[in-house]
Amino acid sequence: MTKLTGVGVSPGRVIGPVLQMPGSAREPLQGETWGADTTAEAETVRLKAASKAVQAELKRRADAASKDASAVLEATAMMAADPMLLKSATKLIIAGTTAERAVWEAGSAVAEMLLSLGGYMAERTQDVHDVRARLVAELRGLPAPGIPTSDVPFILAAEDLAPADTATLDATKVLGLITSSGGPQSHTAILARALGLPAVVAAPGVEAIEAGTEVYVDGAAGSIITGPGDEERALAAKWVEQSAALGTFNGTGATADGHLVPLLANVGSGKDARAAAAAGAEGVGLLRTEFCFLDRETEPGPDEQAAAYREVFDAFPGSKVVVRTLDAGADKPLPFLTDATEPNPALGVRGYRTGSVSPGVLTRQLKAIARAAAESEAEVWVMAPMISTASEAQAFGEMCLAEGLNRPGVMVEVPSAALTSEAILQHVGFASLGTNDLTQYTMAADRQLGQLAVLNDSWQPAVLQLVKHTVAGAEAAAASTTTEKPVGVCGEAAADPALAVVLVGLGVQTLSMSARALPTVAAVLASVTRHEAQELAALALAATTAEQGRSMVRERLPILETLGQ
Amino acid sequence: MSERKATVASRVGLHARPAAIFAEAAGELPLEVTISLDGEPAEDAMDASSILSLMGLGASHGDVVVLRADGDGAEEALESLAKILETDHDA
Repeated sequence: MTKLTGVGVSPGRVIGPVLQMPGSAREPLQGETWGADTTAEAETVRLKAASKAVQAELKRRADAASKDASAVLEATAMMAADPMLLKSATKLIIAGTTAERAVWEAGSAVAEMLLSLGGYMAERTQDVHDVRARLVAELRGLPAPGIPTSDVPFILAAEDLAPADTATLDATKVLGLITSSGGPQSHTAILARALGLPAVVAAPGVEAIEAGTEVYVDGAAGSIITGPGDEERALAAKWVEQSAALGTFNGTGATADGHLVPLLANVGSGKDARAAAAAGAEGVGLLRTEFCFLDRETEPGPDEQAAAYREVFDAFPGSKVVVRTLDAGADKPLPFLTDATEPNPALGVRGYRTGSVSPGVLTRQLKAIARAAAESEAEVWVMAPMISTASEAQAFGEMCLAEGLNRPGVMVEVPSAALTSEAILQHVGFASLGTNDLTQYTMAADRQLGQLAVLNDSWQPAVLQLVKHTVAGAEAAAASTTTEKPVGVCGEAAADPALAVVLVGLGVQTLSMSARALPTVAAVLASVTRHEAQELAALALAATTAEQGRSMVRERLPILETLGQ
Repeated sequence: MSERKATVASRVGLHARPAAIFAEAAGELPLEVTISLDGEPAEDAMDASSILSLMGLGASHGDVVVLRADGDGAEEALESLAKILETDHDA
């Protein structure tokens, strides 16, 4: 029995066998040649067989995928059997190179050629690398890269998950997620919370757990135990009871003394929105419109966009739905909008900034939102991501009003926006704190990097100071404009029940989260008065470290233990 | 040697889905078909059934390309392929 420690990012206690996510294929050695026991013909036959097998597998996946994803997979399947790729690999085989090394080098040459073309073509190099990795794995008789499949439910171990993996993850087969890398804001963490799967990230040693090993995962404590004993079995059994007892959210978020805190949901599609409405969400605090655009080579047309937004609005008649305009760039690249070759994508042309290089996309999106809003009964608010200055906020506010969208607002995720919230809120009606990016930018810590998990923590007192500052700026702007200027949180911080209490104590008026987190956050919020929340916020602000703040606040929230959080 | 010029109609140029459709059609023909940008020497022409070559060609919307093939039925084959290029598959 060994114990690994990481960062718990999604609560729950489960036991199950581990399956490792195959890593990307190791590079075959340079100058690797086939020996005397084989011939160039035999190597070529092996290559052709591998190419056929990979093409068939990708075709099979294309048939099973949605229309947009299917087009990409179809093209990738063709690359696996591409005559030019096979011809250059065959030349190398004839010169003595092994099939593995030959296809690796031929793939590199193609990838370099595409990269040199720049723009959209450069983006496709990752498809070529993916095909090459699959061919090499097939030649070696190893499992193809990607999420493993199994008839038995399992705990998925990986270095980290990419956004693309999340589409293929079968939540009925995966019991929990454990990763050696990735921070609390990584895609693995976000996915785990959305699916309600217990997860531990940034746990060194996960990569060495052998497939089939039984492990116990505690997603609240951040611990992983191999070969669990009776104690762990009892704890896992108790979680089943606790999660059932947590029950459902009654649809009104409030503190113990009746101070209302609307609890909203973060959604990315019409399906998500209907699930959130069924879970009692009081509205949508973040509609991620990327869902309409991802995997697309060109911008979706106005009818398609309006229909997709309408589907979300129709799930919440009479309630607030906050639409975030397209947030492309950094970890969410879009071929027609973003440049994959930027040296620093997180600090590059992303979010609202893409409007400066591709004017028109935002206006067309606002028109589609306005059309869908006019046809529905939802109260539609619109906000722009990655706003850094008051003049950007002003320009965005004017664009919204011109389309008849009269509730414009901004995301506060860049520290400069938090620091100048008073000036920004002169021009727009509300602010929504995106704590994931706000934490990444405040701490200068890449949210994808496991080694920086300690810095990349929304409990960092510096991040909480910026939240406090944003609220103070909003209050000043409300006083000088005599209009309400509400501040909400739509980052993952709102789903951490203890941190949610702190945010309310700091003056945040609404919390938006994965629908799965609603019952827990509601229960913990209802256990404190507004005044107690303010006291806890003061403790967290005064802490010297994120960890100290978290443990001081958690100690004073005994309900967390009762709920198994 | 038969030749046929065609103008790329696809708004995103000759890559991804349009390239996949074209390469698949070229691969199904019993002839070897090559493709090059108009004005480039015939010896630099590439295999039209290779999606990677097509992507490397970098033909944009409105560019003229030259298709070439030899043998029986070459004229008809090039005509059918040219039709694919002259259709906007993103519309």
